[in-house]
Amino acid sequence: MLEVRGLSKHFGGVRAVDGIDFSIRPGEVFGLIGPNGSGKSTTVNLVCGLYQPTAGEILFEGKDIAPVPTHRRLSLGLARTFQNIRLFANLTVWENLWMAENAPSHRAETRFLKRWIGGRSDARERITKALEFSGLAHRADDLAGSLAFGEQRRLELARALAAKPRLLLLDEPAAGMNAEEIAQLDERIRALQQQGYTILLIEHHMELVMAVTDRVCVLNFGRKIAEGTPAEVQADPAVREAYLGTAQ
Amino acid sequence: MDFYYSLAQIIGFHTLLGLSAYIVLQTGQVSLAQAGFFAIGAYVAGMLTVLAGWHLVPAMLVAGLGAALMACLVGFPALRVRGLMLVIATLAFGEAVRLFFFNFDYQIAKGEVKIGPLGGEGFRQIRWFPENGWTSLEVMLFVWTVVALVAGALWWNDRSRFGAVLRAVGEDEVAAQSVGINLTAVKVTAMTIGGFIAGLGGAIYAHYTTHIEHLNFNVLLATFAIAYPILGGLRSVFGTIVAAIFVQGFLVEGLRFLGDWRNLLFGALIVLAMNLRPHGLIDAATARRLARLFSREQWRGEQRRA
Repeated sequence: MLEVRGLSKHFGGVRAVDGIDFSIRPGEVFGLIGPNGSGKSTTVNLVCGLYQPTAGEILFEGKDIAPVPTHRRLSLGLARTFQNIRLFANLTVWENLWMAENAPSHRAETRFLKRWIGGRSDARERITKALEFSGLAHRADDLAGSLAFGEQRRLELARALAAKPRLLLLDEPAAGMNAEEIAQLDERIRALQQQGYTILLIEHHMELVMAVTDRVCVLNFGRKIAEGTPAEVQADPAVREAYLGTAQ
Repeated sequence: MDFYYSLAQIIGFHTLLGLSAYIVLQTGQVSLAQAGFFAIGAYVAGMLTVLAGWHLVPAMLVAGLGAALMACLVGFPALRVRGLMLVIATLAFGEAVRLFFFNFDYQIAKGEVKIGPLGGEGFRQIRWFPENGWTSLEVMLFVWTVVALVAGALWWNDRSRFGAVLRAVGEDEVAAQSVGINLTAVKVTAMTIGGFIAGLGGAIYAHYTTHIEHLNFNVLLATFAIAYPILGGLRSVFGTIVAAIFVQGFLVEGLRFLGDWRNLLFGALIVLAMNLRPHGLIDAATARRLARLFSREQWRGEQRRA
């Protein structure tokens, strides 16, 4: 589904991502973990096009997506959420989801003018469904900025899903969540996998990663230090060293 | 009474100028080029009615299209820069337009006299209204019909998805890209529409004043253009209209007796407004509260239908 080969991103002399390889199979939940500053978020930003790679290739469904501008990657089937929630705070919950309906994948359905004038009614059903799935139906008319933190996270996920992606990039979805919310998130990720989504999960919260992922890739200082099932990775001495330091 | 008709005309074309900045500001772009587009509209419309003998309405449309074309061309390079750099770039464009008209001579002989733009002397004889026997009242009604059409179109656009897209880009460009919005296309479109509206306003201005010169289109005018929507808030076109009425009707005309102190008060009021109402007189929350006040059920129904 997604294949990353020798991917590098250097900021001046800083090698934020330094020649990593991994590949995600259709239908799996793939974890990308590592200590702070190990290059996880940079990798996501490379995959969704916010950064251009210094070197290496990103293949999505066998196609090199390096020349595809960010806003078109959504229609390829790539959607994401952000580590620090990025909603349109002064737009309503409804409008936030409406924006994702801008995806060219929906464009074929109606002509431009019809979408401009009556786009709402076309998108209505999909948005209503997405709101119900996220438990936000009662807040549809409220400004996104007025939502509680957990609700904002759910809305952001709903917005990413509104574009019907095939690969979903979740950048630290558990950040700032309490135990109960993390349990809900765990369920939600499993539910999404059941529905056929492929997921790239970037996360700090180890319990969640170990519980929901099929395979994990561990980064440290921009390099891949381990890859495998959660159990294999946990047993890897290099991973222990990266997280806990060397035993003297 | 003529004084009030005339004041209403002034407020009218200032409102158009403000609305032209309103749609650009919605995408988060602070453009000081609006006075330049206004100038292009003024000169093009003036030349068409005076030199080519056109009717005002087609001349206005062509003036608007000309300004829109220019805005589109400026939009591509200028919108690649952001924030303060965009302010500087658009300011430079506005000044370039002004200096162009400072040096622009195009006169043709009409009987005894030569007419047309004459560089620093300006462009006189734009007398389409008096020549066709329009009264002050008729001109005022005409001006406000145009304002109503433009404001109505923008009001409707604010309710459309494209309107929401504009605001989404203004809110967060990274998030907008990630939901599939083409930033360049949206920003350049907003700039082009803004240019068209400014062109219409300039066309009206030229025929209101009958004499235009480069100094009319200076930085002060560009500042006014963005002051109206900032003062009025970016959530509703009514904010911009109210702000134009307030500034031109009250601050500029009403406080004329204060002399030079007026400008000081104007600056102080902008500072005050930015502190008290950082998102404009009518911000998102106020706009929603007003909407609910007027028709709670209707509003909800509209959202549900949507």
